[in-house]
Amino acid sequence: MDLTTRIGPLTLKNPFIAASGCFGYGVEYADVVDLASLGALVVKGLFLAPREGHPPPRIVETPSGMLNAIGLQGVGVHRFVEEHLPVLRGRHAVTIVNICGSSVEEYAELARILSDAEGVAALELNISCPNIKAGGIQFGCSLVGTRDVVEAVRRATRLPIIPKLTPNVTDVASFARAAEEAGADAVSLVNTFLAMAIDVETRRPKLSNVMGGLSGPAIRPIAVRMVYECRQLVSIPIIGMGGIASAADAIEFMLAGANAVQVGTANFVDPFIWTRLVDGLRAYMARHDVARAADLVGAVDLGAGARR
Amino acid sequence: MRNLSIQPKVGHDTRAPSILLHAGTGGGHRTRPVYWPHMPLDVGAAVIATTRLSGDYNILTLDAPAIAAAAAPGQFVMIRTSAGSDPLLRRPFSIFEIVRDARGTPAAITILNKRVGVGTSRLACAREGDRFDVLGPLGRPFTPAAPPAEAWLVAGGVGLAPFATLAEALASLGTSTTLFYGARRAGELFRTEIFERLGVRLALATEDGSRGDRGLITVPLDRALAARGAAPVRLYACGPTPMMRAVAERAAAHGLACEVSLEQTMGCGLGGCYSCVVRVRGADGAPHYVRSCINGPVMDAASLVWEGLGH
Ligand SMILES: Cc1cc2nc3c(=O)[nH]c(=O)nc-3n(C[C@H](O)[C@H](O)[C@H](O)COP(=O)(O)OP(=O)(O)OC[C@H]3O[C@@H](n4cnc5c(N)ncnc54)[C@H](O)[C@@H]3O)c2cc1C
Ligand SMILES: Cc1cc2nc3c(=O)[nH]c(=O)nc-3n(C[C@H](O)[C@H](O)[C@H](O)COP(=O)(O)O)c2cc1C
Ligand code: FES
Repeated sequence: MDLTTRIGPLTLKNPFIAASGCFGYGVEYADVVDLASLGALVVKGLFLAPREGHPPPRIVETPSGMLNAIGLQGVGVHRFVEEHLPVLRGRHAVTIVNICGSSVEEYAELARILSDAEGVAALELNISCPNIKAGGIQFGCSLVGTRDVVEAVRRATRLPIIPKLTPNVTDVASFARAAEEAGADAVSLVNTFLAMAIDVETRRPKLSNVMGGLSGPAIRPIAVRMVYECRQLVSIPIIGMGGIASAADAIEFMLAGANAVQVGTANFVDPFIWTRLVDGLRAYMARHDVARAADLVGAVDLGAGARR
Repeated sequence: MRNLSIQPKVGHDTRAPSILLHAGTGGGHRTRPVYWPHMPLDVGAAVIATTRLSGDYNILTLDAPAIAAAAAPGQFVMIRTSAGSDPLLRRPFSIFEIVRDARGTPAAITILNKRVGVGTSRLACAREGDRFDVLGPLGRPFTPAAPPAEAWLVAGGVGLAPFATLAEALASLGTSTTLFYGARRAGELFRTEIFERLGVRLALATEDGSRGDRGLITVPLDRALAARGAAPVRLYACGPTPMMRAVAERAAAHGLACEVSLEQTMGCGLGGCYSCVVRVRGADGAPHYVRSCINGPVMDAASLVWEGLGH
């Protein structure tokens, strides 16, 4: 049974990837799970400089989901490269680094620094964080901005680049196409949905940042639809995510068109989810007589006369 | 422009072996690195017993021998209170007691549960035989004081929870120990016999004066501080933030070491989400957010920035 999946020049041993911001810098989990058993892991979003992030409360639960406004607290790229990357390398983790910039130049500079570092498999361009004022989403919400960031990073590195798209736009597929045309190796989607929750007793927002990003099972059907729409428009690999908590959920994304999937919020609930996902995918493939996981990609059966 | 030199503004922690986890942004502060002395386990634990203590409080005994065997004083577990997605996230609970079998082998843990919302209500209604996923042991434990130092434990309400394991560790070291324990009324002072059995002196306070001193726990604490002998005292506090802050201020005024056990909202308990942060003053004197799940929940009170601390 072949679980491998190709993301541009990368071949992953299975399609399951830990999502950015939901797996620390990977090192936190080095003693909890075998990092090398994951398809890949995406580290928390990094800027050039360290960042403090937002004051608590930073998360709040909502029906079948959660809002977060962490505000990209982080150690900065230099300390990541010096301190954490060697640990990840030592554990043979396939490491994808999520980068954020407040300017196109910052993305390019991050790409250069990380190209020189040993042990980076790919770059995920976070142009979709809904939680910070300057940076990220200002690019991800404009086709021109998306193209500019991808082109600048493309010029700066030979590493595979994977822009991460925001769902907070009307037509996410057009952003996937803009990314493809600008030279992206793959796209990942979705980042969180901009959302808000209010404590009716105190009339105060439940997050210090007022608004935050919604993740978890609540967003899954919308994310599946968005992956499906992108699959119709682009031919580069798609990494799908949003509320995946089981192998069946992951397979749903693959049938919609995802070549690989990321798991975020569900890792908080079950840090040992990874073996369950692999076992569940194997069982499904055996049951449906599928030899290669790649054969599931885009294999949704629309039946006769369905709307395409 | 190559090598734009935007360097981290503050110093680094000392380089650490791979399993050491560092504090959050900035580093350089004095919090010791934390690692998992035992790999955290996820145990589908059956409820062996539940004991109702009051309308809001109950004790849950969970069949989790591996966690019981690995736990250090003050560590916690993350419990999945629902198999579905309401609530979605696990909830953090101190390990209250380590239950041992006839041969003294750790067999189970107990949880002192106070009902405040949806997850704690599920644990309040749990029945024998129910199963919950229990992840742990997690977090940085207490540093037990050794003689000649004395240990003073200051608990408010459900803040008693991390102190039973600490009192055991102190008893095995032969450390003279006092528990200052405050609650709203006599009926909410629970399980003091656990501490008495270990030879711990009790100083109680209730807001309505129904047992011990009338008022906050600082009433007997201040009296004890005034009457203190020459032996060094190490303070430990767990309870509402204003109480812990009051203890920390007294520790600072008297030049005493003080550890507090924090109860921030936690999304994962493993350092993955950055939801549980508190501010700690770094070596540069500036406050930085650190994750209280892995750099705590037990933290050095002197390093904490209390302004803006929730709960
Ligand atoms: C390390 C650690 C150890 C803990 N040990 C214990 C323990 O031994 N026994 C125990 O009963 N509780 C303990 N808590 C607190 C417990 O985790 C919370 O009360 C629980 O998560 C609330 O969940 P809920 O679903 O019942 O409440 P929710 O429905 O999520 O919230 C209901 C209300 O409770 C408040 N609340 C939520 N989280 C907390 C919190 N962490 N502290 C105070 N209020 C909160 C909310 O603001 C809200 O107003 C501990 C917390 C931490 C971080
Ligand atoms: C606490 C938290 C922090 C996150 N941080 C980042 C981040 O730094 N960079 C990023 O691209 N996405 C971040 N995300 C978004 C996730 O990677 C993912 O896109 C989203 O949560 C949807 O997947 P899920 O439903 O499986 O969590 C974060 C999500 C959460 C819940
Ligand atoms: S609870 Fe997730 S980082 Fe502390």
